[in-house]
Amino acid sequence: MADDEGHGLEGWQHALYDQLRAADITQFAYVPDAGHRILIDRSLADPDVHSVALTTEEEGVAMLAGADLGGARGVLLMQSSGAGNCINMLSLTVGGRFPLLTLISMRGDFGEGNPWQFPMGQATQKVLEAMGLIVMRIDRPEDVTPTVAAALTMVFQSGFAVAVLLGQRLIGAKKF
Amino acid sequence: MARPQRMQTQGHPDPVLDRREAVPALIERPQDFLVIAGLAGAAQELTSITQDSALNFPLGGAMGAAVTMALGLALAQPKRRVLCVTGDGELLMNLGSLATVAAMNPPNLTIVCVDNCRYGETGNQETHTGMGVRLDAIAEGSGIPVVFTVNTAADLPEGRRLVSEGGGLAFILLRVKEGPALRFKRRLEPAWVRDRFRGALLGSD
Repeated sequence: MADDEGHGLEGWQHALYDQLRAADITQFAYVPDAGHRILIDRSLADPDVHSVALTTEEEGVAMLAGADLGGARGVLLMQSSGAGNCINMLSLTVGGRFPLLTLISMRGDFGEGNPWQFPMGQATQKVLEAMGLIVMRIDRPEDVTPTVAAALTMVFQSGFAVAVLLGQRLIGAKKF
Repeated sequence: MARPQRMQTQGHPDPVLDRREAVPALIERPQDFLVIAGLAGAAQELTSITQDSALNFPLGGAMGAAVTMALGLALAQPKRRVLCVTGDGELLMNLGSLATVAAMNPPNLTIVCVDNCRYGETGNQETHTGMGVRLDAIAEGSGIPVVFTVNTAADLPEGRRLVSEGGGLAFILLRVKEGPALRFKRRLEPAWVRDRFRGALLGSD
């Protein structure tokens, strides 16, 4: 991924982890993904959070609803292909008015070299919006902090479900 | 032509227990737990045996949610015991959740699967457990440290002990005959159930 080639995932991803922790997020749920590598590794190394590897992304949707019942905050980290795996499970989130924050690293997006990634990548925003999520998109590193700050307020103060898409302009297109 | 076959897996005996007696016999003190109940029979039954407790979240959809929802709750509330009660159909929808929960090994979570080999909500069609799929073997293979199967009334005391004593992540397969669950008229709106649960557990915030 971009960080291995010196394109700079490092800076904003570390700041993003600190921002999530400052917002009292203690449950990190993810299906392993190169685009979220730093967040995942930081959560694994952090003794004060639960770092949960999922077998499919919809488990994280349910898990974070359970976290909310118990008064804890979490974030679901996934790739755009995982958004499709979540759709019916979002019935729980939306119907139950559970807060949900998910950060989605995009594939099938700007500069994608794997044609398999396009159908889900191009549909990600539409299907999430169809389920009632608010979707925000980030393409520039300087937009990460303010956009995530806005999302944190919308989720944990206003109680909405928000997906933040991290575009391939931001994270870099995978090289093939 | 191909169709689902009854498989020659190492046999469970035919189920003999009536769930309306076996579930309350297994879960003697539901009030000791925060409860997540999978949809259909399990949701009805836990609503019934807890007398519609506010600290029970019975699902009415989102099939496959129960185990990982209970995981999130167990991680959030390490000082409380969490009980997940679900059915075979709900669990089959998301078998990977057993792997996820086993890898986290939350010490305060007990999972009970009431296995009637049927999709009770959609017309009692046979599930894969009726064809020979063994959820206890899958739970064991997933790495859940304590797995116990209740086939007959003779197995109930040990199952009851595991539920009541806790002491680590456990999966209990309760095998029951086809037949009705305990019924309880409940409010289905999930947002109302969420608010009630959080209010009872966390107070107003």
